[in-house]
Amino acid sequence: MSSFWSAWIIVLTLVFLVVIIAILRWNMKNYTHIKEGELMDHEFDGIVEINNPLPKWWTILFWITIVWGFIYLALYPGLGNFAGLLGWTSSNQQVLSLEESKQAVVYAKEAGKIVQYDREISQADEQFGPIFEAYAQRPIKELVNDEDAVKIGQRLFLQNCAQCHGSNAMGGKGFPNLTDDDWLYGGEPEDIKYALIHGRRGQMPGWSQQFNDQQITELATYVISLSGRKVDPQLAAAGKQNFAVCAACHGMDGKGNQMLGAPNLTDNIWLYGGSQAAIEETLHNGRYGVMPAWKDILGEDKIHVITAYVYGLSQE
Amino acid sequence: MSKKVTHEFVEKRVGWLAVFTIIAISIGGLVEITPLLFQKQTNEPVVGLKPYTALELEGRDIYIRESCNSCHSQMIRPFRAETERYGHYSLAGEHVWERPFLWGSKRTGPDLARVGGRYSDEWHYVHLMNPRDVVPESNMPGFPWLAENTLDGELTAKKMETFRMFGVPYTDEQIAGAKAAVSGKTEMDALIAYLQVLGTGLTQAE
Repeated sequence: MSSFWSAWIIVLTLVFLVVIIAILRWNMKNYTHIKEGELMDHEFDGIVEINNPLPKWWTILFWITIVWGFIYLALYPGLGNFAGLLGWTSSNQQVLSLEESKQAVVYAKEAGKIVQYDREISQADEQFGPIFEAYAQRPIKELVNDEDAVKIGQRLFLQNCAQCHGSNAMGGKGFPNLTDDDWLYGGEPEDIKYALIHGRRGQMPGWSQQFNDQQITELATYVISLSGRKVDPQLAAAGKQNFAVCAACHGMDGKGNQMLGAPNLTDNIWLYGGSQAAIEETLHNGRYGVMPAWKDILGEDKIHVITAYVYGLSQE
Repeated sequence: MSKKVTHEFVEKRVGWLAVFTIIAISIGGLVEITPLLFQKQTNEPVVGLKPYTALELEGRDIYIRESCNSCHSQMIRPFRAETERYGHYSLAGEHVWERPFLWGSKRTGPDLARVGGRYSDEWHYVHLMNPRDVVPESNMPGFPWLAENTLDGELTAKKMETFRMFGVPYTDEQIAGAKAAVSGKTEMDALIAYLQVLGTGLTQAE
């Protein structure tokens, strides 16, 4: 803060505190010719004013607040650039990036300042940090048997993941079920962890440009036949002619490719619905499911524990 | 002992009463608000802050129109209980171009100051159509009409020019392309674009 504005705040604050004291003292004395408890000179419609002093309890409270005002201004940052005797502040607000925010924590510590928020965080880190660090050292396949770790993972899941995948982790249309054995990108611990850290981006393109409506209907029919459902064999056979372009990702047998996140089309598990209409919609418009990246929001240690919880869901 | 009854002075002169009242109530503002208008920390944007694009700007207006800010705050306070859930606490530098700011003071729903990038566009679409489709216990109303209403972008450039008058660094190209960037898009597209950029100026700065 510039010294002008600092001075502005200090002078105005102190001057008005003094003014308040003067007004209060002035009002505590009887300067009139009328004695206390007697009628004042004016009357209106039978309503009269009596010359009463200020209520004692009120005056005392007023003095207490004034005294507290001075104590507060001495201890806490209130007077412009004066930081207060305690060196206390609520948070580091004078920062313009995450990097500066981290630096500010270090600077404040070195300068011996009390930053309320930093203190709260470092206390929590001391308390909870070792727990997560210990978990992070252990492989997921072992952690999944640790009841406490899984419970912590579930808590974190409910807070951060349930909005899409549901509180029972069974997902919904467009949001994968995490409790079954069907994995778009693989169900090994490292696959799940990678998805949490970096996110995933579905890449099913729309085919309206390449195929006409009839061809898309045929293709959808063939796709349905892959999971063993009864379909018009003629339509399916026609669809199979064009399936080669799909096979690039889903494989000739339609079993998918976890490297690309291409789903298995033969297991009758459908992310966007398995009806003829739903599959045709997928073929027309494509699907671009997004799993957001959580690295910056949760940090890797917490992700490790969530991974254990999610991995455990499909291991029963 | 024959001094006048002094408080009669203000009791009988309304003009003076008003003057004294104004002086009394403006002291707090003079001390606490006026200096802030000239502080670096309240005028300098955070490093990665970008002005809202035309579509995001329209989304913001829809956010205001549908009164989202009545139930959702955009202000993460510096408490661990908040930053664990929402991310880094809000900084003054993230809001220097906000007119009006949408910090809010009531949270029926969660804070949205850093909702950008947290969910997919698809999730926002489903959630805005009918929140209970993805969050069964939600009491948020659905906003299905947003998917039907389209924007014409007639006023978008004007809005951006107005913001530029207040110091938002829009370029001429951005203003010239505003209408094209917006027209034909649905209100849903605009609102989702706005939600997806919230708070990312700090967290996703390169």
